[in-house]
Parts: sequence; C-alpha cells; structure tokens
Amino acid sequence: MAAVRIPPTLRAEVGGVRELEARGATVRAVIEDLAERYPPLGALLLAGGELASHVNVYLGGEDVKTLDGLDTPVYDGETIILLPAMAGG
Amino acid sequence: MAGYRELLAQVRLEIEEISSVDAHERLAADERPLFVDVREPDEWEEGHVPGAIHVTRGRLESRMEGLVPDKERAIVVYCSGGSRSAFASKVLGDLGYENVVNLAGGFADWKRNGFDVTIPRALSAEQRSRYSRHLLIPEVGEDGQQRLLDARVLLVGAGGLGSPASLYLAAAGVGTLGIVDADVVDESNLQRQIVHSTDRLGEPKVASARRTLEALNPDVNVVPFEERLGSDNVERILDGGWDVIIDGADNFPTRYLVNDASVWHGIPVVHGSIYRFEGQVTVFSPGQGPCYRCLFPTPPPPELAPSCAEGGVLGVLPGIIGSLQANEALKLILERGDTLVGRLLLFDALGTTLDEVQVRRDADCPVCGDSPSITEYVDYVEFCNAPVQI
Repeated sequence: MAAVRIPPTLRAEVGGVRELEARGATVRAVIEDLAERYPPLGALLLAGGELASHVNVYLGGEDVKTLDGLDTPVYDGETIILLPAMAGG
Repeated sequence: MAGYRELLAQVRLEIEEISSVDAHERLAADERPLFVDVREPDEWEEGHVPGAIHVTRGRLESRMEGLVPDKERAIVVYCSGGSRSAFASKVLGDLGYENVVNLAGGFADWKRNGFDVTIPRALSAEQRSRYSRHLLIPEVGEDGQQRLLDARVLLVGAGGLGSPASLYLAAAGVGTLGIVDADVVDESNLQRQIVHSTDRLGEPKVASARRTLEALNPDVNVVPFEERLGSDNVERILDGGWDVIIDGADNFPTRYLVNDASVWHGIPVVHGSIYRFEGQVTVFSPGQGPCYRCLFPTPPPPELAPSCAEGGVLGVLPGIIGSLQANEALKLILERGDTLVGRLLLFDALGTTLDEVQVRRDADCPVCGDSPSITEYVDYVEFCNAPVQI
C-alpha cells in the first residue's frame, strides 16, 4: 500500500480527504487503483492513459517524470504526492 | 610587574610578524590570507585593507571563532601601527589559530606603501541603531546591511503574499521596493493583507502599501506601479534593474508572464502560491536552476485552478508563505545560505507539515531549455483561458 496526498483542488473528487491509501506496484497501478475507486479523479489525472500535463506526481520527493514515469516502481509505505500548480497569492 | 613597553616587547617575541610589502604579495597568492582588522569602528570607516574583516580588539575573543571557524586559515592581523594587533595575534594563537602573523607597521605602513584601500560607506547612527540586530549577525553585518540598503526588489502583487513579504523586506532595510498591483483595497482583503488597513478601503493598493512601508522604515523607497502586469508593460517595469522579483500574483497568466520575463532578464524569482490551507514556495534562478515552466509546463484547466477569491484561504497562510519568500529574497541579496533553487517547499497549515520535492531544469523547457520555442511574450489571457484579475 502507498499513501497518496490529494491536493486541495482535487479533494472534492475524493470526498474531501487529504490522503488516500492505494494499491499498486507502479505509479501507473496506484493511480489506476485510485481512478477505479474515484472515476472523476481518474479523469483529471489521466489523459489517454498518460499523466495529464498539469499534474506533477512525486515519489520520494522526485518528480516521476525524472524517474521511469508511470512505470516507476512503488514500494509499500511510500508516499506519492499529486501536485497541480496553484495560482493564489 | 612589566609595564606596557615590556609587555609589548614580550608579546612580539611570541608572535610572527610580516612587513606590508610581504603581506601585499601574499594577497596575490593562490591562497590569500584573511586580513583581520582589530581597530575601532571609526578607524575602520576611514579605510581598510580590501577584503578584510572587522573585529574590534575588545570583541576578538568572543567573535573570532564564529567568524573564522577554520583554525588553520592563514590570517594577517592589523591595527593602525602594529601594537594592538600584536596583542591580538597573541590572543588568536591562544585561541588555537595556527597560522597568524601580525602586520608590522600596521595600516599606516600599508597606506604609506600606496597599496589599495577600501573606504566603506558608513551607516548613520540611526541606521546603526535600527539595524543593530542585523549588524550582530556575522552573515549580515555592516557589509550585508549595506547590500540590503542598495538592493532593489520588485513585488508582483500587493495582496496576501506581497503584504508580509514587503513588510519584512522594508523592515530589513531593502532600499528600493517596486510594487505592481492595479487593485484597490477591499474589505475582503483585510483578513490577510496586513500591509493595508481599514482606513484605506478604496485606496489603490500600491499607495496604501507605500504609506505603510515608508512609515515602517523611512530608508525604503517604494516605487509604485498601479497597473496590471501585462505583455505591454512588462519590459518597462522590469527595466528598473531589479535584483529579485517576488511573485505573489493571484493568477496564472501573470505567473507565466513573470517567469518568461525573468528568464529573459536573468532575474531570480521567489515564487509563492497559496490556496485554502496549503502553500508552495521555491526560487527560480535563471541559469542556475529550473524555471516555472520546467515545474509546471501547463496551467491546470480553469475548473482545477480556483483563485483564493473563489476557493478561500486561511488568513495566516500567506503570512507564512510570504515570510518564507522574504527570507529567500534576503538570502539572494546577501548571497548567504542555501536558497530554494531546485527545491519546492510544500506547507500544509492543517497538518502543520512541511514537505520538499526536487525541481529540475527541463532541457526541453520552451523558455529556459536548450532550444527554446517561446521567445516572445504570449497572449497569456487566451492561453490560460481563465478570468484574469490582479
């Protein structure tokens, strides 16, 4: 199980929670697990099976784009951070 | 009991001395010695050896290890004639400094030889009092305070983030603060925009901020830009020779505009953004790290990008994030410490947690990448497809 941080702008899609547990051996599997349970969230995170360009995904503090993208392996207990840009000032 | 002359003669036997000519030659060597000036402040202000640090004889024992932790460092100690610094050299040896020499003949002999002298610009008595807590910090000190007074910081937005950032920068003595904002003070701003106040309702934010900041510190010159930053005025506004930009805008078009302009002008941007209980802060430094487009190549669709006006924000949150921005700006000006270049700090006020993620420069970035595809300002309003307000 991995912990997934949900940013405030996406919380409406998951009932308002800040963090969810999800299963999967890769980032793709974890996000697909979430997408299955929360289809509106999945629609915002994935575009044509790939990560939407406006959402950054971090694993262990690194952007998965600089690792193996959606194929980056995820181990038990790791935390994934979903991060869209925020404009507020 | 030995008198002063006997004591001085005794100390001279215990220390090494160097002539001005030899000391000057060593300045040109690969491993330059550190010159330590132990004279009184008024003597220092009249001129000193270039690159020297100043520690008065009276504070030498208590300050030296903080200023120069490396006890193997080559040190040349001097005063005006070589006597006070002879005692100082002895003390440094007693403190464990292994490579200390006294400048025979002192600064007077240095000048007689016609060697370079730096004449520092002195702080006034009022400034010395106002900034005394800065002057006590080795990383700031008088040189650092002078740098702050000479510095020019442009704040984009005089709102939630711009309020605390501008207040702390003004208090710190940053000499010139440019502020860009087209809005007027609204009652709904005052829950967090602490540079404004109730008696300023309806007043342009730049004018209100100017009154507050100049009242806080008369050393500060506020340059107001009562306009919305756009592709039509960005070149004129950035033309002011700014050292640092604080991005406290409240919309994506302005943030992308600030980014592109800062990359092209080579000005570091301290980025902050907030929403409800969460804030992000980082530093984009052209040529040294990623830019905003490396981090967020595209803005979220409008339904995922509500502004604080639409989604709300905890009043204290911009206080925390804007203060972190001021901290980064001060370090950039002082060239001290480690800034947030390449690191994005994520603050969650609900859980009181601070996370950090790495941000890397993208070689394919359309603006700062190896082969940039964006080389002029874009129509950001259309590009972001979002309602625009500053």
